[in-house]
Amino acid sequence: MKQLSPIALVCIVALAGCQGGGYEDAGPVVLQPDENAQETVQTALLTAQPGDVIELTEGTFEFTGSLSLDVADVTIRGQGVDKTILDFAAQQAGAGAEGITVTSDGFVIEDLTVLNTKGDGIKVEGTDRATFRTIKVDWSGPPKTENGAYGIYPVQVSNVLIEDSQVRGSSDAGIYVGQSRNIIVRGNRVWQNVAGIEIENSFGADVYDNLATNNTGGILVFSLPEMPVKNGRDTRVFRNTIENNNHANFGKAGSIIAALPTGTGLQVMANENVEVFDNDLRDNQTYNIAVLSYLVTEREYDDAEYDPYVEGVYIHDNRFSGGGDSPQGRGERLSKQFGGTFPDIVYDGFVDPAKMVDGELPPHLGIYVENNGDADFVNLDLGAMLAGKEPKPYNDLAAHAGSLPEPPAEIVLAPAGATGAGL
Amino acid sequence: MTRTGSPWPALLGAAGLVLWAGCAPGPVEFTGLRDAPQELSAFGLFEGEPADHVPAEGVIPYDLTTPLFSDYTEKLRFVRVPAGQAATYHEEASFDFPVGTILAKTFAFPSDEHATGRRLLETRILAHLDSGWIGLPYVWNDEQTEATLKIAGGLLPAKWEDQWGSVREQGYLVPNANQCKGCHEATASGVRPLGAKARYLNRDLTYAHGSENQLVHWGAAGVLGGAPKLDAAPRSPVWNDPATGSLYARARAYLEINCAHCHNPEGPARTTGLDLSWSADDPVDLGVYKFPVAAGRGSGDRLYGIVPGRPEESILMYRMLSLDPGVMMPELGRRRVHSEGVDLLEEWISAMPEPEKGRRHRDPAG
Repeated sequence: MKQLSPIALVCIVALAGCQGGGYEDAGPVVLQPDENAQETVQTALLTAQPGDVIELTEGTFEFTGSLSLDVADVTIRGQGVDKTILDFAAQQAGAGAEGITVTSDGFVIEDLTVLNTKGDGIKVEGTDRATFRTIKVDWSGPPKTENGAYGIYPVQVSNVLIEDSQVRGSSDAGIYVGQSRNIIVRGNRVWQNVAGIEIENSFGADVYDNLATNNTGGILVFSLPEMPVKNGRDTRVFRNTIENNNHANFGKAGSIIAALPTGTGLQVMANENVEVFDNDLRDNQTYNIAVLSYLVTEREYDDAEYDPYVEGVYIHDNRFSGGGDSPQGRGERLSKQFGGTFPDIVYDGFVDPAKMVDGELPPHLGIYVENNGDADFVNLDLGAMLAGKEPKPYNDLAAHAGSLPEPPAEIVLAPAGATGAGL
Repeated sequence: MTRTGSPWPALLGAAGLVLWAGCAPGPVEFTGLRDAPQELSAFGLFEGEPADHVPAEGVIPYDLTTPLFSDYTEKLRFVRVPAGQAATYHEEASFDFPVGTILAKTFAFPSDEHATGRRLLETRILAHLDSGWIGLPYVWNDEQTEATLKIAGGLLPAKWEDQWGSVREQGYLVPNANQCKGCHEATASGVRPLGAKARYLNRDLTYAHGSENQLVHWGAAGVLGGAPKLDAAPRSPVWNDPATGSLYARARAYLEINCAHCHNPEGPARTTGLDLSWSADDPVDLGVYKFPVAAGRGSGDRLYGIVPGRPEESILMYRMLSLDPGVMMPELGRRRVHSEGVDLLEEWISAMPEPEKGRRHRDPAG
């Protein structure tokens, strides 16, 4: 801030004197539900000062449109999940699709429930430091296509923390971190979404201690073409429970998620340098773990900078039971040659010929599978098709022994108040 | 701290004058949302009855070749550049307006209950402060004598008889101050004006003294500097006037003014990879055979943004035709389908040839 000259102060005082009805700075802002919740809460978000805490008391706040926040370092805090409820069922056409849209750094939201948004639940876009803690995003009733796409949705954000939260009913992904950097997703519970947790086109993520159950797919680590930020990498998925993700896919056709086979446990697609360890994977009927290139979707794309191959994946020390017994969708077609079932870990075997050195992939691009108990494996060898040959699938793990030379590092988030780490 | 209007040296010797000026009507000084004028009259934009919207001295009315669709409202636009200063002309981007500039846009519905023949709903102010541009929504009272700042926006009842004599009743949405930013913000430049570009202003307008091209008028009034001769200035076609441009050009103008404020490489919808700005030239950027990124159910069971020749398979049409907040585009400020705009884009997509290279149509079943 510039130094103020005395004369400038006089001028400001004069201005304040004739405004009438200015805003006072006085401790945390505490708001209670009333008939005017849209205006009350939105006004508080607009007039907040950096560092402010906006407290929402117990009760149901009913909104008629989106809420939006563009002031740095503001915390929105309720009095607990299912106690403080932000209900967007009465959202009007033209008043925005999301529940809460945030475009400012240092956002924290905690201890409340966001209900029935027409679009995404909470979207944070293009910022640094976003924290979602002990919140719930939910859509009433059985999961349906008309529900919003994403529950918790940071996109193009650096330093994302999503912890101890719950999402149910998203028609795309419950927790969706897109085009972001430096991410921790831990201790969350996601169920009855199309995808439980999706890390997409992102760089550096630790996904651990989560429970993903009864989604169409549990946890997805994806990289997709034709986006401004692409070729995601460096993600660790560990200590999660990924079980019984056999919910019917209720995504709208056209979206990539609508093609996700029911019964997907963990799917790593077109990413690079991903470590998967110490997870419990159970009873995901298509496959417990799939390691796939984008080519397997058979979708065309027009993006010279995009790398469709999945490379540098290290899967070790996980525990498996059940699953793969009734592959669905794309999985059903691919599994026909194996009698209609899949092993625990399925790798499509697409290898980029352009990256081969002396007929082999460099070590950092290898697919490694080790110490997963008696888990079984298949390499579908679909890469042979690129050379005009017949694929020769194999189950032998010998070709996939070893580990990543430089596995992803532990994620350390920028501390509160840090600035300048934006994408 | 920020200021608008008079330069500091003049203030140093005239503290008394500053105190007086701070409270007087006319050009107003403020630093942001928290000390913004509570009443529109503080800006001193109009003389006489406020409802008549007669521009005060130094305030210039303007209009655009192709405007944003706003639920069939009438829109009245005004600009005031600080006395003695001028905006700088740009061929592509918005003009560079000096600090202190005010752009005002009033939304109104036709109404027989008012002598002016219209009911003023809202006036949006875009003010250029030292700290950048700020958007402020002012809502008109029933008496039409004053508009009051309503930073949280809201839903206004609106009822009027249309040109065919049927009574129309619909809510009118006032955006909140952040939603002003949502459309007007870009990552590099921050909040900026959208319509005040050469190609949209390059048209005639009827002024008190007669009809004149707006760029010529602004130049003569001394509020715009650096403009080329008129025949060298670009002109956007009028979206619904085939005499002003080809189907392609009119569709692109419509897409830019209605969609590109978000759908450009620096806008809020940059994460989708869809670029509908005037300068976009890659078919995939425009949505041709482009898969949706984060449309969710907005895809409407359709595979691509645009399928040449098949508007009924194009996500773009699906979202224009929707009034569901989770599907519709634009998602802000529209509560009705713009049938005429839909017709234009349907015609454009129907006539669109397959791209010469890149993806081509492939039946999902085949």
